[in-house]
Amino acid sequence: MRSAITLESVDLTHSQHRVFKDLSMNFEKGLWHSVLGRSGVGKTSLLRLIAGLQKPDAGEIRFDNNASLKSQVAYVPQDDSLLPWLSIVDNVQLGPRLRGEATSATRERALKLLKDVGLREWRDNLPATLSGGMRQRVALARTLLENPPVVLMDEPFSRLDAITRHELQGVAFELLRGRTVILVTHDPAEALRLSHKVHVLQPGIPSRCPTLELESQPLRGIESDVLMQQLPQLWRLLEVQDSDAIEANSTS
Amino acid sequence: MNATDVRISKPVDTNTYPSWLSAIAALVCMLILWQVIVSITQVPAFILPAPLAVVTTFISNFSLLAHHASITLMEILFGLLLGTLLGVTSAITLTLSTSARRWVLPLLVVTQSLPVFALAPLLTLWFGYGMGSKIVMATLIIYFPVTVATFDGLRHTSRAMIDLARTLDASPTATLLQIRLPSALPSISSGIRVATSVAPIGAVVGEWVGSSQGLGFVMLQANGRMQTDLMFAALLCLCLLAYTLYYLVNLMLDLALYWQRDSLSAARDIQ
Repeated sequence: MRSAITLESVDLTHSQHRVFKDLSMNFEKGLWHSVLGRSGVGKTSLLRLIAGLQKPDAGEIRFDNNASLKSQVAYVPQDDSLLPWLSIVDNVQLGPRLRGEATSATRERALKLLKDVGLREWRDNLPATLSGGMRQRVALARTLLENPPVVLMDEPFSRLDAITRHELQGVAFELLRGRTVILVTHDPAEALRLSHKVHVLQPGIPSRCPTLELESQPLRGIESDVLMQQLPQLWRLLEVQDSDAIEANSTS
Repeated sequence: MNATDVRISKPVDTNTYPSWLSAIAALVCMLILWQVIVSITQVPAFILPAPLAVVTTFISNFSLLAHHASITLMEILFGLLLGTLLGVTSAITLTLSTSARRWVLPLLVVTQSLPVFALAPLLTLWFGYGMGSKIVMATLIIYFPVTVATFDGLRHTSRAMIDLARTLDASPTATLLQIRLPSALPSISSGIRVATSVAPIGAVVGEWVGSSQGLGFVMLQANGRMQTDLMFAALLCLCLLAYTLYYLVNLMLDLALYWQRDSLSAARDIQ
């Protein structure tokens, strides 16, 4: 399968702290990829690198067909980042507004996307009047308006209650079907439910990121066999400590 | 009682009357106390006139006070406008330019240790006895709080919002105008509120140092002629002017920050 994004021997230092050394990863086109790892291991830094918000010290990040970054990637930050002074429909068409390209056609598209996420009647409200789950739906609609082939999501469901999270995962999966999605998450069950592939970022230098390939189609139920079978293996990969990595390296 | 019976009740609001009523009540109490002190101590009117005498003087000299108040008001308004414009422009420059932050910011902080009132005689010398020197005085007094508040607001724009704008291919100008400045608006409003309350001080101090018009001039003249009741009437006029101005500016800022009003009412609805 063709790669949408390839990271090759990437080094990154942040505030004199080495985040990645010689990190190589591959994200296949059209699949949902989850990136799991402990806090501080560099999950958000990885997304920022791919989004072009940070430059690597060394190495290369390549996109499919060597396309330009701007046309490839949409970023869904951890908090929904809705602008509190704009109405819901204007938040959805934030991209065209910022680029001075907002027209009646973009407004129509924004309204259609709001209908898709079930919030059309809220179009003239301000974000403060929406619940956390509804705000994330708006953020999703804003992402879809850009029509990107690659979507980067930084723990978008982490602040929601269990039921809302479950519902919104389903909505997001359906709406983003066919695109390459890289989802950073703390939650192994969420990664196993939604992904074709789970990448586990482990602490230690050089950087290591073993990948778990899942067989059945994502959007698995909470009692799915994949969840039951793979969770212990995923847990073992997550448990790897910095010292284990050093030991493994010296042995090899 | 089982676990399902447990209910969390809303905190009870014990204030059953509006806040403006308590402010008026406090003011009336103060005036009564003042009248009582004057009546008991029989203090001469040129030292402390009774509040009733002040009100009488205020009414009988209304046209004179209104004329001078309009001059002071113009000085305050022009100072407020200039100080705010200069303050916001400086804060934007400081936010966007590293060199400006390195060279101008320390200078700005050091100049603030100098009391602006000490400059009043110099400003009169440079800009004359007319409105100019008072406007400059009010502008100088307003400039620093507005600059600091705006700079603070611009610096603390959420990183996630700026990152989002970058991934949406926004230009630096669009990010500034459509994200950073609206985000900083609550801070800018705080700066303007402070500026509105100190602007009258700048204008009146300027008038004290050298002028031929304005409420500060009336106060000085009345003081020289031992017309203490007129001095108090001018002071009352200044208080009314400053309060009305603050009220109107506050109202305009509340309207400009419509989303904060809505979020507050939404929070109340959730409670």
